[in-house]
Amino acid sequence: MRRPFALMVALASVLAAGPAAAERLIASLTNHRVMITSSYAGVELVLFGSVERDAASVERKGPYDVVATITGPRESLRTRHKQRVLGIWVNTAARTFVDPPSYLAVLATRPLDAITNAANQRRLRIGIANTPLPELIHNDIGEVANDPFRAALVRLMQERGLYGEEPNAVTFLTPTLFRAAIPLPAQVPTGGYTVDVKLFADGNLVAQSNSAFEIVKVGFEQFVANAAREHGLLYGLATTMMALATGWIASIAFRRD
Amino acid sequence: MQIFLPIADIPVNVFLLFAMGLAVGFISGMFGIGGGFLMTPLLIFIGVQPAVAVASVTTHVAASSFSGAIAYWRRNALDSTLALTLLGGGIFGSTGGVALFTWLRALDQLDLVIGLSYVMLLGIVGVLMIAESVRAINRSRQGKPAELRRPGSHVWFHGLPLKLRFKRSKVYVSAIPVLAIGFIIGFIGAIMGIGGGFLLVPMLIYLVRVPTATVIGTSMVLTFVTMATATVLHAATNHLVDAVLALILMVGGVIGAQFGVHAGQRIRGEWLRLFLGLLVLSVGLRFASELVLTPEDLYSIRLMRSGP
Repeated sequence: MRRPFALMVALASVLAAGPAAAERLIASLTNHRVMITSSYAGVELVLFGSVERDAASVERKGPYDVVATITGPRESLRTRHKQRVLGIWVNTAARTFVDPPSYLAVLATRPLDAITNAANQRRLRIGIANTPLPELIHNDIGEVANDPFRAALVRLMQERGLYGEEPNAVTFLTPTLFRAAIPLPAQVPTGGYTVDVKLFADGNLVAQSNSAFEIVKVGFEQFVANAAREHGLLYGLATTMMALATGWIASIAFRRD
Repeated sequence: MQIFLPIADIPVNVFLLFAMGLAVGFISGMFGIGGGFLMTPLLIFIGVQPAVAVASVTTHVAASSFSGAIAYWRRNALDSTLALTLLGGGIFGSTGGVALFTWLRALDQLDLVIGLSYVMLLGIVGVLMIAESVRAINRSRQGKPAELRRPGSHVWFHGLPLKLRFKRSKVYVSAIPVLAIGFIIGFIGAIMGIGGGFLLVPMLIYLVRVPTATVIGTSMVLTFVTMATATVLHAATNHLVDAVLALILMVGGVIGAQFGVHAGQRIRGEWLRLFLGLLVLSVGLRFASELVLTPEDLYSIRLMRSGP
């Protein structure tokens, strides 16, 4: 369903631009695999790209703008709201968000409003405010407008460094060459990430490019995490044996009689 | 030195964790308790999710109580019949506790129940210990001899059937209250991430009238078996036990405990009980303040990946 739509968009943009084709956008990452080892404490991944023009490209009045959206693996979560009940604070209401991105970074050359108008931002789903975050309502899934739970979700994810909009994170080194640093804090979830780069000129989308990377636990971290998830009982027995061995060694090492 | 914890999913300083293990180990060695009721809140305080903290501390307590139980067993200071009977109840208690833990987590109320249980249990036990030790200190100041144990008053459950003779402890009581005590300790321990030694010892002394010579060793056997069971169950059902976290804590804990035992032997019993009472009460008050004070953010989020 998504592919024909993308094809139509591509076709439409080709038709609109005519034979004097728009620029080509080439973007890549310094690394397509981020490894979480036992010393992992967050990294920065560098996105760089270049705008390719040829003799046929139309002349642009203003500078180019880039908006890069990095989306992490999707994972359902619950947002809970506390209220005072009999003097103590209790979670009294909760909403389930169906598969929101666990990481969402919107990096741009300028504030989004300066790059393109609100209608374009909505249509192209640029910015956190325009990213759909569907909720489970009874047995339906839908968007809730002006929802305090949605606002809280975005705020809490921002506080953890997992959601963010940075209007000055992309810099042009030359008029056609740009780079941006993708901040990946220590608590980023593992899994596949997509990088969607959009190129704007004079307020219009002229080209886009997609890329991806993955964050994986490796070595011991991966072994422990996998064992705990997939072989819970064995993992529990092994952990218990480890505890008993530690206790036994201690009782021998510190034996006084 | 930062290390990334594979299950808690956060980077923490190894030396900080080790120091926490040492400190709690010192206190547990000094008072003869597991120290779970101190370790769990400390972990929550440094940013470990409450559920992971509770599950991982059960492993830590299993290790420290096992080393303690071996030491008492060498001195023949434990009652294996009594320990086995308590265990019969304890294993069912742990299973029930883990089941309730899983259910409460799905209802978004786990953190609240952990908080409330700490406030009530630590508040009551702390106040009782302080009151008892202050009375004892006053009595010794006035030069009166230490209170003698009241003669074995006949409580209603002494009439219950299924009487068992616990030879090493020289008591002859029904198995029913002993099983019930085991069940309660196992149940509370699984939910709160505590061994329950500070509850079990007074229960055995005052209710079952177990002599002090065998009570601590026996209590440690129960603690280590219920905590080991809880570790396996938490790992199998909720996948929340962080083995790396538990290992760092237990290594610090067993070393700290050795120094604590020495320190504890130099302080008089009633003062020791007063300090422990104050410690227990202050942890309880800390939990109470969290429940009563307006939180910084009324909203919180929970990933639905692990658990049901």
